[in-house]
Amino acid sequence: MTRVVEKQTPFHWLLVALLSVLAVGLGYAVLSLPGQTPGLSDFVTENIETSGVSNPVTAVLLNFRGYDTLLEMGVLLLALLGVWSLSRVPEQSEASPGPVLDMLSRLLVPLLILVAGYLLWVGARAPGGAFQAGAVLGAAGVLLLLVGWRPDARLSGLPLRITLVMGLGTFVTVGMVLILVGRRLLEYPPPFAAALMLLIEAAATLSIGITLAALFMGGRPAERSQQ
Amino acid sequence: MNHVFLYALVGVGLFTLGLYTLIVCAHLLRKILAINVMGSGVFLVLVALGGRTPGAIPDPVPHAMVITGIVVAVSATALALALMLRVRAETGRARLPEERLE
Repeated sequence: MTRVVEKQTPFHWLLVALLSVLAVGLGYAVLSLPGQTPGLSDFVTENIETSGVSNPVTAVLLNFRGYDTLLEMGVLLLALLGVWSLSRVPEQSEASPGPVLDMLSRLLVPLLILVAGYLLWVGARAPGGAFQAGAVLGAAGVLLLLVGWRPDARLSGLPLRITLVMGLGTFVTVGMVLILVGRRLLEYPPPFAAALMLLIEAAATLSIGITLAALFMGGRPAERSQQ
Repeated sequence: MNHVFLYALVGVGLFTLGLYTLIVCAHLLRKILAINVMGSGVFLVLVALGGRTPGAIPDPVPHAMVITGIVVAVSATALALALMLRVRAETGRARLPEERLE
């Protein structure tokens, strides 16, 4: 068995003691919070009518705290840029996936895409939304990559990049247009809120799913023009 | 003590365990996993504390923050793994150099 922890020194016990103090302190802080508090849920419930959706979590994510989601799309893109700048896609091993995985992936990938679409649509009134749908789409991409599928060189150039920035791009465009018509950034007019949020969520779902699958690929895909 | 605080304390425990592993283990993959355990602890605390509302519906704001946080954690983990693979390609191993204090 490999040795995980280095030889125990006095510093090790000092570390354990310090971390115990930290844990007790954090636990005390948690326990000293009031046992019952409405938090921000009252604000959300009061304003849910103007948000365009009836699911409070989606209302917070896309409307009340849209900044968070906007910047989070940026973080996803930055992480992918970091991975792409570190390495290229490793050489593909030509191992065949085996009949079970092969059949299963053919059955599951269309089903996963369908589930992603459903989650995106149902997010307006029930648990679901862009992130869940994006994660399911990403899982479909990971499954395809595991089976040995690689995007065609024609697709991995501009089309892939456009899909990756589409979520952030749509978000920023909607925000900018709202500023131009005299509202604040991401302050949706209530009659159009539902449609605008669905538009942003649809673009974000595609971007999140493709980004997660591209992260799993582990590097920049080869392009035809570079050969 | 109700279940909200039980979950929150489990979250604090996960955070501390992750921090311990992050400091003690020299292997980079263990460090990345430790940071993920720490993050899960923080998410558990946030979700648990969001359930302290008087009604049946929990506070949606911490839940939305956790959803955002999970996606950020996944992408940060992917970047960290790519960095680790690059370190291994450059130095031939995925551990930090050992420096004894004595």
